[in-house]
Amino acid sequence: MLCAGMTGDAANRCTGSMLYLIEQLLNGIQLGMLLFLLAAGLTLIFGIMDLVNLAHGSLYMIGAYFAATFAEWTGSFVLGAIFALAATAAVGMALEVIAIRRLYGRDHLDHVLGTFGLLLFFNELVRLIWGPAGLTLSLPSEMLNAVQILPGLYYPLYRLVIIGVTLAVALALYILVMRTRLGMLIRAGASNREMVGALGVNIKLLYTLVFGLGAALAGFAGLMQAPILTVQIGMGENILIAAFVVVTIGGIGSIRGAFIAALLVGLVDTVGRTFVPDLLHVFLSESASSSLGRALSSMMIYMVMALVLIVRPEGLFPATGK
Amino acid sequence: MTGPGGIFAARVITPRVAVNAAVLVGLALVPVYAGLAGDPFLLTLITRVIILALAALSLNLIMGFGGMVSFGHAAYLGIGGYAVGILAKEGIGSGFVQWPVAVAASALYALVVGALSLRTRGVYFIMITLAFAQMIYYVAIGLDRYGGDDGLTIRTPSQFGGLIDLNNKMLFYYLCFALLLAAIYLVWRIVNSRFGMVIRGARSNERRMRAIGFPTFRYKLVCFVIAGAMCGLAGALLANHTSFISPAMMHWTRSGDLIVMAVLGGMHAMFGPLIGALVFLLLEEGLSHVTDYPDLILGPLLLLVAIYVHGGIDALLFGARRG
Amino acid sequence: MADALLQIEGLTKRFGGVVASDAISLSVSPGELHAIIGPNGAGKTTLIGQLTGEIVPDNGRIRFAGRDITALPVYRRSRLGLARSFQIASLFADFTALGNVALAVQAHAGHSFRFWRDARRDAALRDPAGAALERAGLAGRADMPVADLSHGERRQLEIAMALATEPRLLLLDEPMAGMGLEESARLVATLRQLKGDVTVLLIEHDMDAVFALADRISVLVYGRVIASGDAAAIKADAAVRDAYLGEQDVLQPGAADG
Repeated sequence: MLCAGMTGDAANRCTGSMLYLIEQLLNGIQLGMLLFLLAAGLTLIFGIMDLVNLAHGSLYMIGAYFAATFAEWTGSFVLGAIFALAATAAVGMALEVIAIRRLYGRDHLDHVLGTFGLLLFFNELVRLIWGPAGLTLSLPSEMLNAVQILPGLYYPLYRLVIIGVTLAVALALYILVMRTRLGMLIRAGASNREMVGALGVNIKLLYTLVFGLGAALAGFAGLMQAPILTVQIGMGENILIAAFVVVTIGGIGSIRGAFIAALLVGLVDTVGRTFVPDLLHVFLSESASSSLGRALSSMMIYMVMALVLIVRPEGLFPATGK
Repeated sequence: MTGPGGIFAARVITPRVAVNAAVLVGLALVPVYAGLAGDPFLLTLITRVIILALAALSLNLIMGFGGMVSFGHAAYLGIGGYAVGILAKEGIGSGFVQWPVAVAASALYALVVGALSLRTRGVYFIMITLAFAQMIYYVAIGLDRYGGDDGLTIRTPSQFGGLIDLNNKMLFYYLCFALLLAAIYLVWRIVNSRFGMVIRGARSNERRMRAIGFPTFRYKLVCFVIAGAMCGLAGALLANHTSFISPAMMHWTRSGDLIVMAVLGGMHAMFGPLIGALVFLLLEEGLSHVTDYPDLILGPLLLLVAIYVHGGIDALLFGARRG
Repeated sequence: MADALLQIEGLTKRFGGVVASDAISLSVSPGELHAIIGPNGAGKTTLIGQLTGEIVPDNGRIRFAGRDITALPVYRRSRLGLARSFQIASLFADFTALGNVALAVQAHAGHSFRFWRDARRDAALRDPAGAALERAGLAGRADMPVADLSHGERRQLEIAMALATEPRLLLLDEPMAGMGLEESARLVATLRQLKGDVTVLLIEHDMDAVFALADRISVLVYGRVIASGDAAAIKADAAVRDAYLGEQDVLQPGAADG
């Protein structure tokens, strides 16, 4: 390892820093995986139905709320999660049939207006049903333990579970999109919408299923992060923006792009937040580097996106045609 | 005649002209009514409508006529407001300095954002303008000296050396109203000028514009800067109105509000942003009196407008028109 | 030729493994009406794209009036006098017929950073635009929104717009496509009137029109110019006949268009 040549105190500090870095990298990957779940749904809905969906974060929120409630009713985190997933997918598909499908083919501005209304509606509905205070979702106690993954490095088991489960979902999504008939329709739809319709496929059903899939992914992300982050009104808004950044960097309609961009964004954001203030501290005072550091690190993912768009205005892996 | 004109081009009193004129008269009388009815809150509310209508108007210049959908327009509200707030805190209370700085700073940021963003199209443009607004939002949060996340109170409004006392709510209202009317007139002239034709042509068919010899990029950029500058002025007004600045002024949902106002009112109508701001804010306010859960009604209402009303309230009342 | 208006030298463009333009060389003299024909997939669209500046060639050079324009952006070429019409009419849907042509006039009337005067009442724009519409036979349609024009009228407007920029070279991209007999005849008459005043590079499938109008014809097949000469020479060329195998009637005058 890099610290091999050092001895005593210096070696300890070096090893400690390395372990800290690895821990932050893991956190970044974990955030990236959550972002991927959201971004995958967004990019699919965008690529296939050409719909800008500001209410995607609402589905993320609903997933978390359902999970907290069902987990309490059933006494089991896993059962609660399964029911929440099903319920969120159902809400998504109902939403598509009742409202979303009437926006297809319209100007993006109409999408923004309409889904913005939905965003407001869902925030208020959640407040009506569950109250303004927010909920907690507790984990089975084993999950809270830390697991030793390297000498001296302990990492919370649940966060590892998030990474593992999300990777499994990503793999399943890959198989779905690349190896099944449904996936073929999805890929075709992402690159050429009119053709798929002309092939005589039941477009309406396809769209409903895709929207439901996106909702399920969003709800899944919401319930997975619920035990460690939050279950509260408006929780979808901040992460939704990050998800849009991911989709933009990755290229609209591309799941592979979403995966790579999500990892990139998750890592940049996490590692940036951790190390930028320290980096600035070399040049500036404690307080200045702290506040400037916070501001700069919050901006980092946007700077990355701006950079990508300037160099490649269509994202890294755009699905061709439209 | 094709092309928007509001009441300025009117030779005939059409329903649109009549309604717009009625709205203007009504707005002109608001302070009088508020004074008589002893309802200062009404004046506060409608002042806010006027200021945000100015912001929405500036957005509509690039969005409705130019086809450039900016999801980061609230950034200029913030820059304008912070210019006033920061200068006030540093002891420069003169409006003659604050307001030009607000406009200039906004114009400068718009120049940078536009130069980088206008290389992209469609959704990518929407996202990159959003990104640039988020950047300035986080910068504001990081400004501990000026309140950071909590914001900063502005103790005295912009001073104009005895010309006008902005502490007088009624005078302030009429100032905002006058500025809005001037802005509407200015936008009308711009949109129908040669410059405006380039902007509208670029929205209609940019490829053809270039094929006939227009370097569209520079025109769109100038339009973007004008819109940013105008919104910066609105920001300066807003700071004076609320006597408070905070990063929340630039949150992306504020940019969303501005888009909603412009679309709701009708993007091809000169008075669209004003009508949109009026309806949106009054609806928001009114519903909160009627129910504890106003967005349960407002949300679906916006959705219905998006689905069924092509061309906003203007089209709903006066029939569709071409841009 | 030293005084060719348009000189194309070795123009090459590849898309992945496909060679769309294979070292194309040809020249167009001032006042000439030069037609480019070729079967579908010959690379005509790619050639036009490179001439107008929308596609960047991999190799080769384009000279216009002695000036190397290979790297020049689209709008600058128009400013130099190279106008083009689109195969599928590319108009400004929200403007009137007059408005469309006025834009073309405005593009060549200096800069447009004028923010105050009403452009709709500007005689400096309206008069030339009106005249261009009259020449195109659309005078009665001046104030009609484009959406209300017939298909044929839109094609006429398409060309009127290109002409309104007072070009030195007019690049016409299959202007007869989809036109009926009467409309085609009218367009042929219009083009015949232009001959001598404006240099024309005509990309076309309609052989009647090509043989009626062209001074010289170049044949493009799989991205290469396989023959170039006057109408008689082209009709007699064996390589051209081979290329049109299966479309043998095409080269007989009076046959249906290909």
